[in-house]
Amino acid sequence: MKKWMKYVKPYAAYFILGPLCMIVEVIGEVIMPKFLANIIDYGASGEDISKASAVIRKIYEIAGDRSPFIIAVMCAMIITALLMMIGGVGGAWYGAKASVNFAADLRSDVFRKVQKFSFANIDKFSTGSLVTRLTNDITQMQNFINMLLRMCLRAPGMLIGGVIMAILVSPTLTTILLISVPIVVVGAVLFIKKALPRFTEQQAKIDAVNSTVQENVTNIRVVKSFVREAFEKSKFGKANSELKMSATRAMSIIIALIPAATLGMNIVIMAIFWFGGKMLINGTMTTGNLTAFVTYIIQILSSLVMVAGMFIFMSRAFASARRIREVLDEEIDINDDNISEKDSKRAVQQGNIEFRNVSFRYYKDSKEKVLDDISFSIEAGKTVGIIGSTGSGKTTLVSMIARLYDPDEGQVLIDGIDVKNYSLYNLREGVGFVLQKNILFSGTIEDNLRWGNQDASMKEIRKSAAFAQADTFITDFNEGYETVLDQGGTNVSGGQKQRICIARALLKKPKILVLDDSTSAVDTATEARIREAFADELKDSTKIIIAQRISSVKDADLIIVMNDGKITGMGTHDEMLEKNEDYSEIYYSQVDRKEAI
Amino acid sequence: MARSLEELQKRYNKAAAAPKRGMGGGRRRRVPGEKGKPKDTKKTIKRLWAYVAKYKWKLVVVLICMLFSTSSALLGSYIMRPIINTVADSSTPAEERLLSLAKTIGLMMMIYGIGVIASYLQQRIMMKVSLSASEALRNDLFNKLQSLPIRFFDSESTGGIMSRFTNDIDNIDMMMHSTLTQLVSGTISLIGTFCFMIYTSRWLTLVTVAFIPLLLKGGSFIAKRSSKYYVSQQSALGAINGYIEEMVSGQKVIKVFNHEEDCIEEFDKLNADMRGKQLGAQFFGGIMGPVLGNTTQICYAVTAGVGGLLCLFKGFDVGGVSVFAGYSREFSRPINSLSQQTSTIFAALAGAERVFNIMDREPEDDESFTESDNAKALRSKGIEGRVELKDVTFGYNPEKTILKHINLTAEPGKKVAFVGSTGAGKTTITNLINRFYDIESGSITVDGVDIREISRPYLRENTAMVLQDTHLFTGTVMENIRYGRPDATDEEVIEAAKTASAHSFIMRLSEGYNTVLEGDGANLSQGQRQLLNIARAAISKAPILILDEATSSVDTRTEKHIEHGMDRLMKNRTTFVIAHRLSTVRNADAIMVLEHGEIIERGTHDELLEMKGRYYELYTGKVELD
Repeated sequence: MKKWMKYVKPYAAYFILGPLCMIVEVIGEVIMPKFLANIIDYGASGEDISKASAVIRKIYEIAGDRSPFIIAVMCAMIITALLMMIGGVGGAWYGAKASVNFAADLRSDVFRKVQKFSFANIDKFSTGSLVTRLTNDITQMQNFINMLLRMCLRAPGMLIGGVIMAILVSPTLTTILLISVPIVVVGAVLFIKKALPRFTEQQAKIDAVNSTVQENVTNIRVVKSFVREAFEKSKFGKANSELKMSATRAMSIIIALIPAATLGMNIVIMAIFWFGGKMLINGTMTTGNLTAFVTYIIQILSSLVMVAGMFIFMSRAFASARRIREVLDEEIDINDDNISEKDSKRAVQQGNIEFRNVSFRYYKDSKEKVLDDISFSIEAGKTVGIIGSTGSGKTTLVSMIARLYDPDEGQVLIDGIDVKNYSLYNLREGVGFVLQKNILFSGTIEDNLRWGNQDASMKEIRKSAAFAQADTFITDFNEGYETVLDQGGTNVSGGQKQRICIARALLKKPKILVLDDSTSAVDTATEARIREAFADELKDSTKIIIAQRISSVKDADLIIVMNDGKITGMGTHDEMLEKNEDYSEIYYSQVDRKEAI
Repeated sequence: MARSLEELQKRYNKAAAAPKRGMGGGRRRRVPGEKGKPKDTKKTIKRLWAYVAKYKWKLVVVLICMLFSTSSALLGSYIMRPIINTVADSSTPAEERLLSLAKTIGLMMMIYGIGVIASYLQQRIMMKVSLSASEALRNDLFNKLQSLPIRFFDSESTGGIMSRFTNDIDNIDMMMHSTLTQLVSGTISLIGTFCFMIYTSRWLTLVTVAFIPLLLKGGSFIAKRSSKYYVSQQSALGAINGYIEEMVSGQKVIKVFNHEEDCIEEFDKLNADMRGKQLGAQFFGGIMGPVLGNTTQICYAVTAGVGGLLCLFKGFDVGGVSVFAGYSREFSRPINSLSQQTSTIFAALAGAERVFNIMDREPEDDESFTESDNAKALRSKGIEGRVELKDVTFGYNPEKTILKHINLTAEPGKKVAFVGSTGAGKTTITNLINRFYDIESGSITVDGVDIREISRPYLRENTAMVLQDTHLFTGTVMENIRYGRPDATDEEVIEAAKTASAHSFIMRLSEGYNTVLEGDGANLSQGQRQLLNIARAAISKAPILILDEATSSVDTRTEKHIEHGMDRLMKNRTTFVIAHRLSTVRNADAIMVLEHGEIIERGTHDELLEMKGRYYELYTGKVELD
């Protein structure tokens, strides 16, 4: 709870003023019938004014006669109603201000937190769930707060006001409340208890329908090519009818709530009429008081039902709050918190890389190591090729250079200094990364390239693009560098996307350049030209290339072969061909068959 | 260098409204009629009504129940007066009064009891009707989706389609369930109250009626503003959600490029913009209740005052005033609650329009399609697998031609390979053969019959495909392989897995063939997923086989191991192969080299090498490096 106060405090005034405004409305609602009673009693029926309250007597004195008195009280009522309107509008205003600001601040904090996430943190939450938390869950909380602020004093206010008035009118009859209220409370609790699991179940069924649709839509080509539309329809039909069934189960509780509450209320009213009627006959109760009492009892019971409804709403908001909290409380495993003043100023100077006995596992408790005791070093300016089968740990290995993951054991050093002694910003400025999963953002090609260097001149941008063999096809587009890419760059081909990503990394002029299987969709001839450009233009940078094709790494100064998280061999192409079985096997699987036999 | 708010809004709102496209080499096409506001409301309501009209008799029962429940409430509040009058009448003896009190209470119990039962029944039936209607709507939408051409899926994002199933249909359900019943029961109670009002006092009725225009005016004033702000809030929300989705998906790239600060700056702009717009929307949405409710209170006050004066000068009875004041509150309640429902109605109608928009799309085959006699003859003797493309020209959109004048013939059982850089049109050719897209000019024939004369299901049953993007379904490994041919036995599934060299890794999974794959097979490596895809194609007996980069993620050693299996798979089938690795295609019977949508070279591996053209360059570009 304390942690949420951060978002309440700056808007504390709104959080207080909102309910206060609503109180005006509640008070008005309670006294309006009283005004009416006065009009009837002292205006229309002409009862003895001396029995009236001081304020009413005063009004009567000023008005002088019965008809001006009626008009005066009516004016008072209109003024009260206007005040109530102002209160209600004010309540809506402050409620909106409080909830919108709360949500905006919260959203901003969650987004900032996600920006700080390390790769391990991101892996833990899926992208989809992070997006839902940032959007849906925050909206849920916002709606709840808005409702809470407008209801929190209203329902209890009506409840307490009703109880006080009821006791004032008739303490004897109030004993009926002593019996009925606990029953209503227990009933409401039972309802909520029964409803909640059914709502959870319904949510799960909604998820099932969603994932059936999602799977079907993403796999539509498979569905169509195997002509399985009918099968898909029946699969969906099943998920859909299950959703309907669980929705029916959940809804039937909610539906029963209102009639049950009405029934309970009616029984209580009947009881009051019975006992109150008896008292009336005995002469211990007046007609006016009996009607008033009924009004108050209705008020009390309906505010109880309102509170119960709020609890259902609340439990949903709490589920969202928990999900948001999970993000906010997530411990960032890689950060700059313990870095010294001196370290924070250090930048990558040359690009020598050394791995010392590095081991890593994805989950702390998993047995299998992704990397197992890796040691090697690379001199600045050299080209290193890494090759090995899928799942052998190549990507994880290079990720450690930019501290995308930290090793569990061992050290990674750049220019002889542990990467942990660089600030994350400076470290990553020094390392250009082309990830295996290429992502381009919606925006022009130029916008995307500028991610590498925001201040680059157009000339520099074109130069990098030319090195990545991208300039030609970009200028071939009608709008050239101004061509707008769709989200994820879906309107350029795979090979073009990879080349844009390479150009983006080149623009950074990094000391260390890492290409993680990022030329797989580029044909061999183009790839060879890209590598030539590296050799000429990035002479001093250390280049690490992960690849499937032997041709991509053949000319490297050093080739590292990996298998099952271990290095099985290091050396030049010729050395490896001679002594490393894995390497030669990969090699022969790729060259001419006859030659291989 | 963070972008400006205007730019961000333009970009992400658009991204949210008109989503992405699929694969291949084509450009994105926009689909008209996607804007948020409802256009032909009347027609939309009519179509929605059709879903409910099926339950006509149930609706009649609901209506009757409503009549009972509403009138029981009205009667209940009226009957209180006689009770009090009898009890308070001191002229009759106490016992008699008690007896009559008991009688009236008994009567009220009955009235209330009937009311409660009626209102429960009404809610229950209405719930069933609305849930059944929305189930039917979902089913219709999904079934329609299955009939839509690939083009449609290119132009719509998965998220966009999914939100039709969730948000839009939910809103419709909400409207049918709660708004509709409120509308009807509100109308009934309005009429009932009005009758009681006229019965009680015509003059006071006039006072209340005078307030109706004020209520309507005030309601529409606020509704107009609130819907304006609602629209701008939705668009701000769309922009910020689009931004969040893209940035969170690209989070790893953001980190690698130290782009966090810019990202936060841009996000803050969108967030601040939304803060302002949301404030307006929430405020105007929130004041509807207080403004209308308290206008009613004013009406209540005026009624009280005028009623009081009527008592003084016109001899109106005191009890009448208090009853009437109660009615004047009752009277405006349905007006209030309905005006508060306007946003639900708007949202539901807009949602319905989006749903119907999909339902109105042209399906792949309309019902009038009949196979030609040639096609029928082909069906009776079975497809052999001779595929011929004659002068095929095609583009995903008219402005950009992807394929130009393609001519080729694949004899039954032969292997044709396509080579060329990405975007050259290789995948497009295969997409034309099984009619994912229809060609504009030229013709494609299978065993001499134009494929446009053959029904799509039959054509596709006879072409097995292994796609570039691996797609698996939630379900067991067994079910996933069997997807290729539903009637395959377990033995045949295992046989197919062996052909694709998938058997050994499947056996290593925790439950073997019964291992459940979730989330597109996230627990498998890309290479393993490709092997399952191959197995799925292997189990199908289709005479035509398309392999689009089927082994691109399988490492070269494994690829070598599965070569035998692949040979077995391709045996006796006409096979089209697309591959980057030239080693994969070199034993093809014919290799087509594609560039910019044209076949620039064709022949066997040896012939092409001899030609010393583009293929030679590609091939030696690799060999040279060895």
